Amino acid sequence: MLPKGVTGRTMIDGSAAAPASVLTAPLSLWGGLDPITGRITDVHHPQHGDAIGGTIVVMTSGRGSSSASSVLAEAIRLGTAPTAFVLTEPDEILVLGAVVGHELYGVTTPVLVVEPSLHAMIRNGHPVKIAPGGTISGG
Amino acid sequence: MGPTRSTADSTMSALNLTPAEQAMLDGADGSGTALAMRIVVRLAQAMDALSLIPVSGAHIDSCLYHGKSGLDFVHRLVDGAAHVRVPTTLNVSSLDLLHPELYVGDPAEATAARELMDGYVSLGCEPTWTCAPYQRQDRPARGADIAWAESNAIVFANSVLGARTHRYGDFVDIAAAITGRVPNAGLHVQRNRRATVIIDVSELPTALLEADVLYPCLGFVIGRRCSGQIPAIVGLTTSATEDDLKALGAAAASSGSLAMFHAVGLTPEAPSLSDACQGVAPSLTIKITADDIRDARDQLSSTAEQPLATVSVGTPHYSLAEIGRLYELLAGSMVASTVAFYVSTARETLHEAMLHGWITPLRDAGVIFVTDTCTYITPIIRDTKGLGMTDSAKWAYYAPGNIGVEAIFGSVSECVRSAIAGRVIRNDWTWSDAS
Repeated sequence: MLPKGVTGRTMIDGSAAAPASVLTAPLSLWGGLDPITGRITDVHHPQHGDAIGGTIVVMTSGRGSSSASSVLAEAIRLGTAPTAFVLTEPDEILVLGAVVGHELYGVTTPVLVVEPSLHAMIRNGHPVKIAPGGTISGG
Repeated sequence: MGPTRSTADSTMSALNLTPAEQAMLDGADGSGTALAMRIVVRLAQAMDALSLIPVSGAHIDSCLYHGKSGLDFVHRLVDGAAHVRVPTTLNVSSLDLLHPELYVGDPAEATAARELMDGYVSLGCEPTWTCAPYQRQDRPARGADIAWAESNAIVFANSVLGARTHRYGDFVDIAAAITGRVPNAGLHVQRNRRATVIIDVSELPTALLEADVLYPCLGFVIGRRCSGQIPAIVGLTTSATEDDLKALGAAAASSGSLAMFHAVGLTPEAPSLSDACQGVAPSLTIKITADDIRDARDQLSSTAEQPLATVSVGTPHYSLAEIGRLYELLAGSMVASTVAFYVSTARETLHEAMLHGWITPLRDAGVIFVTDTCTYITPIIRDTKGLGMTDSAKWAYYAPGNIGVEAIFGSVSECVRSAIAGRVIRNDWTWSDAS
């Protein structure tokens, strides 16, 4: 669980409240997420098969393909996208998917970057809350 | 006095726009250009950039169909009267327009994919339909700032051409083409291009250093171990070709988010290790062993015991030299009747290879040429239940998740021998000499 008063860097600002999906390896949404089901399809990923739609995805960063922005926008359109992302490293490809998801469908998908030591305190399945300005609690 | 930034709140960088850039943002060039500029500005803020810089070209990946959101986006741009400002090429799409009979997917999806492709052409992009724009005659010069998407193309442009592109994704690629601008940040900035880790392959056995399979396997290992970093590779043979470096970069960009590497003595920004590191020695050196390379091959190969049904090469799109090599290996023989052998390449490269007289003999040998798209991103492969063999680490990495094929990785000569025999054959000497 996170200590009180933690603020992440807001790559996309907004609010969210959902259970955490802690991914133990970076996930490229392209080739990694099925936007129809919201499940992880990358057979090489440790959390292969997990449903991450509607959760707050906690991972170090995205990985690989530059098509990941499109997959995020499509998942946002279909309502299967993660509610927010909490990363340890900036990931512009996720940010772009979130920006276009907002431009086209009016859905805000916050993207936060937090210190690795704090990031590691978030436990899988536990509720996480993100408030405007990058305040993050729970986990 | 210049803009000041609080270190406590890095949320908003003080981005300075020129009057022309501000006008685009304010809608002077129409709502499509304004949307494009909003995207570029949001990216610049996320990257803490203080200004934008012009680009001399762009390569667009957004033309691959991932669902209706892509159509919604391109329609917003077209309806808003947007048009590209710089020469812009298009990546692979979901359809082979030259060989439409190869498509075995949902016709409604094909119609939507075609609509997406037409949308990007109407924005002024060239219908090149290739993931290897660096194999065209006209390619970016060293030091040129460009806005490229497609992970393998990004690595190649930065590493082998010495052009400068950040790791752009869908949407911002076309936004940069329309505005002619990108954030002055990331790999456009000289100091961000220095090597941060050393990869030492000098202790690998000579047989492995001279084998073409080294490069995709090494790339796979580098992506896994150095994701997000810029490695300087030392110890590669000076005979490494552009095709070898292409395979290395494509693999590394699949297994990790690699955007650039230096190959000391081979790539333009790395005449020496010190040049690659810009005089700052990286703290980490990773020595690569023959076991690492074999492990990579094994991780890219299914252990499923199914018959071989497919061989697919050309991910990224085969170059003219690679088609020539395939001609030497396969022309005059016959692919087994139980195996479908696909070669993915650019329509321009297919045309050149035709002029060399290589295409008809290869087709006579049973090869199916695929252009404009690739066999692992769209329904082309007829038998996805049998094994699919490939010389591409990228294909082996993504095909299982994308199209449900069990993949086997091997060298191109292993692929050809297997295709003729109708079963997987390994050139065991390459791998056993490596021990």
